[in-house]
Amino acid sequence: MSTGTTKLDVVVSDVVPVNDLVTRFHFRRRDGGLLPTFSGGAHVVVEMRDSDRTRLNPYSLMGSPLDTREYTISVRRDDVGRGGSLFMHRQVKPGLEMVISYPVNLFSLDLRAKKHLMLAGGIGITPFMAQTSQLAAAGGNFELHYTCRTASLGTYADVLQQRYGNRVHLYHDDREQRIDLDRLLSSQPLGTHLYVCGPAGMINWVRHRAAALGWPSETVHFEHFAAPQPGAPFDVTLAVSGKTIRVGEQQSLLEAMEAAGVDPPYLCRGGVCGQCETNVISSDGKFIHNDHWLSEEDHRSGCKIMPCVSRFEGKSLVLER
Amino acid sequence: MAAKTIISRPIYGTLSPQPGKHHLFVADAEGALAIIDMAGKAPPGFFDGAEIDFIPGPEGKHIAALEALRPAQLHIAPSFASLLPRLKQTLTNAHMGLRLYLAGTEGLIGQAMQVALEAGMDHTSIQTEHRGSLARRMQCVHCKGITENVTTQPALCAHCGLLLLVRDHYSRRLAAFQGVCINAEDRSEIPPMEEAFP
Amino acid sequence: MGITFRKETFRDDYTFRNSPEHIRRFPFPFNEDAYMYTVNIEPHVVGPKGSVLENLIDVDEHYVAEMQDRALVLAEDPLRCQSLPHMTLAGWDLLELLMEQQALGYPEHFTLERDGDRWRWINRPLGIDDTFTFGDTSTLPYGPMEYITRQSQGDFCILDQRDGNLWMDAGMVTTQADWSLDFDIGMNFFEWHAPVPLAHEKGIFTRALKFLTNIQQGKPARRLNWTMTINPRLDTSPENYHKWGPDRATVTPENVGQKVHLRVELQSFWRLPRSNAIVFPIRCYLIKMDELVTQPKWARRLHRVIRDLPEELATYKGLTRYRPTLVEWLSRLDDGSPTSPGFGPD
Repeated sequence: MSTGTTKLDVVVSDVVPVNDLVTRFHFRRRDGGLLPTFSGGAHVVVEMRDSDRTRLNPYSLMGSPLDTREYTISVRRDDVGRGGSLFMHRQVKPGLEMVISYPVNLFSLDLRAKKHLMLAGGIGITPFMAQTSQLAAAGGNFELHYTCRTASLGTYADVLQQRYGNRVHLYHDDREQRIDLDRLLSSQPLGTHLYVCGPAGMINWVRHRAAALGWPSETVHFEHFAAPQPGAPFDVTLAVSGKTIRVGEQQSLLEAMEAAGVDPPYLCRGGVCGQCETNVISSDGKFIHNDHWLSEEDHRSGCKIMPCVSRFEGKSLVLER
Repeated sequence: MAAKTIISRPIYGTLSPQPGKHHLFVADAEGALAIIDMAGKAPPGFFDGAEIDFIPGPEGKHIAALEALRPAQLHIAPSFASLLPRLKQTLTNAHMGLRLYLAGTEGLIGQAMQVALEAGMDHTSIQTEHRGSLARRMQCVHCKGITENVTTQPALCAHCGLLLLVRDHYSRRLAAFQGVCINAEDRSEIPPMEEAFP
Repeated sequence: MGITFRKETFRDDYTFRNSPEHIRRFPFPFNEDAYMYTVNIEPHVVGPKGSVLENLIDVDEHYVAEMQDRALVLAEDPLRCQSLPHMTLAGWDLLELLMEQQALGYPEHFTLERDGDRWRWINRPLGIDDTFTFGDTSTLPYGPMEYITRQSQGDFCILDQRDGNLWMDAGMVTTQADWSLDFDIGMNFFEWHAPVPLAHEKGIFTRALKFLTNIQQGKPARRLNWTMTINPRLDTSPENYHKWGPDRATVTPENVGQKVHLRVELQSFWRLPRSNAIVFPIRCYLIKMDELVTQPKWARRLHRVIRDLPEELATYKGLTRYRPTLVEWLSRLDDGSPTSPGFGPD
């Protein structure tokens, strides 16, 4: 049976510029009802209909899970990306009818934790907005360390400090403020869980230091949706459906399949959830794996590919789709 | 009718040095040998941040060999029960980065792990190595009493007296194997008791 | 028109019966003449009117009697209902799910009124009318999971999802087919299924886990499982095995029809929204052989299934002692003619 999520018909109820780079979007149900309850760390996939092209991007829900009258997401403008964030910033206005997925949580809190230690970088703050709301309402023990480039780009830093006072620690790059990570990680009580969301470099740094300092991997949680990277166009044969397709420079393999009417299941479209994992029947060339799902061994073997974020360069590629 | 090995039966490994600042060892009897074997693979200075809690048992061996590792602390305890308050206190005050190593009998490993789970450690992060007796801790599923040092199959429940099949099904939370009445359907069937867990 | 709830017992004098309408809606679990353990999971969507799938949470004529039996079991052994400390939020999720589904499916029997976090729950069959604050445990007589599962048919396991596995960290289990919540609580998916024969080797649990961890909110799934029980006893716990085990030796050719019961579990799987846990309701349906064989197709098919069941499965399901007697009795109702495809009676 197929997996994937149910869709929600929503209308954009508000669009709020937060700072030079980030804009917040509010969604309500078109029928006026309540949206599904969600858990802190969940995301939705937003469908963007841009003339003849459909983009599907995941964004973390950042409102309180206790309030299901509306969902809110924050989108950082990426001027050199594939255009999803530019579409949101330029085309999406209040009153626009859109379709989003049911919430999916691939970054959930471990509720056994005696303490939740959260590390955010830049726009990586969004899942923590919901998680801190959830924990605060239940009297949970948490501490948030948030790194941003400048105070004016510290999205929601003011809100968080107002809500949680000295449980929130800010670090501004332009003031040369850095997290003393080793010290922070070495002073946490046994039973603490660590959560990190931000740029890839930050996630790798935190995971690496945590492992070196003796944090078991089960206690270290991270969310990093890879955005599909543009690349040279390539041709793919889909053996099951008997189609040959071309993946454009700005298109992901998954998007190219969907454009050809082949619909693999997906939840995250960012190389994390594993749903669109596809078997390779034959290949002559080089894989460019960008996912966090397959093992290194899978990557080396060339037997599997995650079409949402990974690409191919070479003569031929035949997939079991 | 011996129970076949099943997935919930714990699998013990070989102790290996883990990254981390502090290392806590809990061992009984021949478990000391697992620590000594591991010491050969440990980086220099590893035991400077280590505490070893050791229950030598009646034979009283291996204490000198553990002393020779020069751990920051070597604590000798006469029994697990006497070690328990200290172990709880150590874990209550510990920080992330503490690594736990358990070596010796299944009863010792299971009970120490139980304390560690309560302190918020995840069982997969704990190093274990089985040495010595195969004797089992068994929970009678009927009366809930725990019988220590079970070596036979079937075994008598020390509490309610039912004759129990000692299954391989194991609960980390109870630190015990499951014992289920072996002749519930016909009490007149009395299978012979054999030495199964020496 | 509401359900007429039967007055009956699942112990001592065993007055449990199915009405003729309930025999026809019994979820017979075999769609062919043989059985093997498989991942028979499908979407849990509403089924035909008059079937047990008419509502996603089924309430039937045995509701009141089953809830009375549950209360008796819990009074004897409170360990049948346990929740590890981090599972309270999932308990509230479950309370919401069961109240909403029961009120939706059976408005004449159950009513839920919500005003923000101020909730009023009316359960007419059990004479309950409680107002409480959602999320505030002190406003209910029990924890949220225990409160609502004392009012819902079936066992309930709540599975926490962590590290790519599912952990049985809470449950209400009083009608189990021979497994102990008290022993298994805290175990992961592979550990609590450890005693099931044959399935691990076939990779069934690995595939099932992959499926279950991907269950999404609003898209529940289900499967059927089955075993057999002597006497209509709901509480076939290992805790009381020494009390009900001897029943297995009491089956004779004369009493098969009354004593032997097919026990079918409708298991469903739901993602819970606030906790991101999975709840696994195990709804148990009992039918005695005399009732089952009123449908000739079921009689023929059950004969073939039980006769040809692999030995390991027969042992695991506890049939060994009375299987020959049962097969002999059923064989007289099997003329060897073909059975139609599908589960339902002809």
